[in-house]
Amino acid sequence: MDVRLSPEQMALRDSVTQVVGRLAPHAVGELDDAERAAKLDATVTAAGWRELRAPTDDGTPLASVVEAAIVAEELGRGLADVAYLGPTLALELRRLAGAPPATAPETVALTPDLSTPAEAAGGDAPADAVAVDAHGAATALVLLPSPGGHTLGAVAPQGRPGGVDLTRPAVAVGPAATVDPVPDQGRALTPDDLARWSALGLALTCADLVGAMRGAVDLACEYAKERRQYGTAIGSFQAVQHLLADAFVATEGSRSAALHAAWAVDALPADEASLAAAVAKAYCARASRAVCETAIQVHGGIGNTWECLAHVFARRALLSSDVLGGVGPSLARVLDHHGIGEARGLR
Amino acid sequence: MDFGDAPDEAAFRGRLREWLRTNNPGLPASSTSDEYWAAQAAWHQALYDAGFFGLSWPKDIGGHDLPSVYDVILDDELAAAGAPPRPSLGYLVQGILHHGNEDIRRRFLPGIVNGRDRWCQGFSEPDAGSDLAALRTRAVRDGDEYVITGHKVWTSYSDAAEWCLVLARTDPDVPKHRGISAFAVPMGQPGIEQRPLRMINGITREFGEVVFGGARTPAGNMIGGPGEGWKLAMTVVSHEREPGELGFVSRYRKVVKELAHRVREEPARHDAEAARDLGWAIVESEMLRLHVCRRLSDRLDGISHGPEGSVDKLLMTQVEHAVGHAALAVGGAAHDGGDDTWLKVYLYSRAQSVMGGTSQVQRNLVASRILGLPAS
Repeated sequence: MDVRLSPEQMALRDSVTQVVGRLAPHAVGELDDAERAAKLDATVTAAGWRELRAPTDDGTPLASVVEAAIVAEELGRGLADVAYLGPTLALELRRLAGAPPATAPETVALTPDLSTPAEAAGGDAPADAVAVDAHGAATALVLLPSPGGHTLGAVAPQGRPGGVDLTRPAVAVGPAATVDPVPDQGRALTPDDLARWSALGLALTCADLVGAMRGAVDLACEYAKERRQYGTAIGSFQAVQHLLADAFVATEGSRSAALHAAWAVDALPADEASLAAAVAKAYCARASRAVCETAIQVHGGIGNTWECLAHVFARRALLSSDVLGGVGPSLARVLDHHGIGEARGLR
Repeated sequence: MDFGDAPDEAAFRGRLREWLRTNNPGLPASSTSDEYWAAQAAWHQALYDAGFFGLSWPKDIGGHDLPSVYDVILDDELAAAGAPPRPSLGYLVQGILHHGNEDIRRRFLPGIVNGRDRWCQGFSEPDAGSDLAALRTRAVRDGDEYVITGHKVWTSYSDAAEWCLVLARTDPDVPKHRGISAFAVPMGQPGIEQRPLRMINGITREFGEVVFGGARTPAGNMIGGPGEGWKLAMTVVSHEREPGELGFVSRYRKVVKELAHRVREEPARHDAEAARDLGWAIVESEMLRLHVCRRLSDRLDGISHGPEGSVDKLLMTQVEHAVGHAALAVGGAAHDGGDDTWLKVYLYSRAQSVMGGTSQVQRNLVASRILGLPAS
C-alpha cells in the first residue's frame, strides 16, 4: 500500500493547476468572458484531458480513474467553466459498449434529479431528461433497454443552457428530441458495466467536490485575513477560526475517501467499487454543503451578493453532489450493501 | 497510488488472519466494560508473542521495523475478526524513543512494547488541563533521587500501571514551558496514592487520579534533560492525536459491525432514522480507515509529524461521535435497566473530544498553524 501520487500524477496535477490559474475565472464577472472560456476549452482539448478514458487497442482506458480524478479536482478548485465530467462519462459509456469515440462534443443525459442515467424506453426520447455539463455538446447519451442489458442512444439536447452551476450548464433534452442508436456498438452494457460507470461518475464528482471545497476554504481564509472589523482581521476571532478549521478538516476527510473511490473504480470488483464510491459520495456531498456555507458565512454581507465567488463554489458543489446520487441515495446504497434498507423490514 | 497490498503485505495479512482464527479472545469493546481492561494485558502479550505488535517500531525495543502502513493491515484484520483493538501505546513509545537517552530506551521500551510493564501518563492536573504548562507538580532533587509532590488527574490505566510518565516542575523560576522535566516513576511505592475515577458510562478500570506525596524516583529516570519535559509532552500529545498511532479505527469498525448485525437480525425493531445514524457511522469509520492509509503512506519516506495531527484528531473525534450516536440509536439507552452496552459506547464517545487535547484547542492549532490565520 502506498497511496501517494506518483511523480507523473503530480506532474499532471501541476499542469492542470497551471492552466486553471491562467484561464479559469477568478471573479464572477469573468464568467461572461467568452474569449477566455474558449481559450480554456481549446487548452483542455489540446491537453487531451477529456480523452483519459479513451480506449486503447485492447479496449482498456488510456489512463486510470485516479488520473481522471486528479484533473477533476483541480478543475473544481479553479471553478473551470469547461466541459469535463460530461464528456468523460460519455466516452466511458462508449468504451464499455465497444463503440468508437464520438466525432463531436458529447455528454450524458440523466434523470431530472440527476441520480441515474436517462433511459429511452421504447426508443422515445426521455422528455424530462437533463444533459449535464453540456457546454458545447452536440449530443447526449441515453440508455436503451435491450435484451442483453443496455445499449446506447444519442439525443441532441433542445433546451437553453441553464441550471444551478454557473460554470457547467445543464440543458433539457426536451420532448422534440429523437433518439439515434449509437452506431457500431460492440456489446450490450451489463449491470456490472453500469455499476462501474456509475462508480466512475461518483468518483469524479467527489474529486470535483474536494476541489470546490479547497477553493472555497482558500477563498474564505484569504478574505478572513484581509477583512477588518473592530479594528482587527476577522480571521483572528476564534469563532471565525473554528468555522474555517472545521471546513478544512471536512475537506481533508473528503479527500481521503475520494482518493480511494477513484482508485477503486479500476482496481476492485464492481460491487466493492460501488461501495467505495457511495461511501465517498455521502461524505463529500455532506461536507461540501457545509464547507461552501462556511465560505458564504465568512464573507458576511458580501458573501450574499452575486459578485462574491463563494456562491459559485456552492452552486458547483450542488451540481456535483446530485450527479449520480447525493447524500440520500449514497447513504441508502451503503446501508443496502450491509443488508439494511427500508425494503428489508425497517420499522 | 495503490490502496492494495503488495505481496509482502498480503502474506502478512494472511498470517495474521490465520492466527486470529484461533486466538481471538472475543472481548467486548474496550469502551464498554471493565472485562476488557481485566484481560487487556493478556491480549497485549498474546499479540506481541505472535509477532503482531509494535510493527513499525525499532527491532531493538521489540518492534519489527516494518513500514507504518502495516498498522493499517493490523487494524483492518482486528476489525474484520471482531477482535479487540491493539493496545494504544504508540504515543508513549514515541515520546520515550524521541527524548530518552540510550539507557532510558533500553531499560524501559522493551517492557512497554512486550506488555510486561504497564504505564500511565501523569500529565493533566486539576488546574492544568488544556493549559498543561500550568502544571504545579514539583520534582526536587535529593541526592541521587527526585522527590515528587503533586496531584495528577484523568490518568488513564493508573490502576494497572507499574510506571507513570510524570511531568513535573523542576525549575519554578523560568517561564512555565521551560521549567518542566519528565520522569519515569515507579507506581508501587508508599508516596503514591492511586484512586480510580468512575467515567460517565460507569466503567472504573480506565480512568484514575494519582496523588504524589513525596514519591521518589532515581535521577537516572529523568527522560530528556532538565527543562525538556515540555518537548517530550508535545511529542506524546501529537502522537496521541493520531488514529494511526492509536489503532482506534479497528475499535470503531468492530462496534459498527456489531450494530449492523443487530439491525439485520431484527430490522423491525429499528426505524429509518436509526439506520441513517448507522449509515453515517459506517461512512465515517471507513473514511478514517482511508485517511490513515493516506497519512501513513505520506510517512513511507519518514516525513515527520506536523500540525496535521490536529486535523486527524478532529476527524477521529467526528468518527467516534458518529459511532456513539449510532450505538445509541440502534442499541437504545437501556430504559428497561437491561443490557446497557450501547449506552456505554455512546457515553464513552464524549471523551474523545477532550482527551489528548480538546477539539477547541485542535481547531485553534489548525487555524493558526495550517490556515495561517492571525493570532487572536
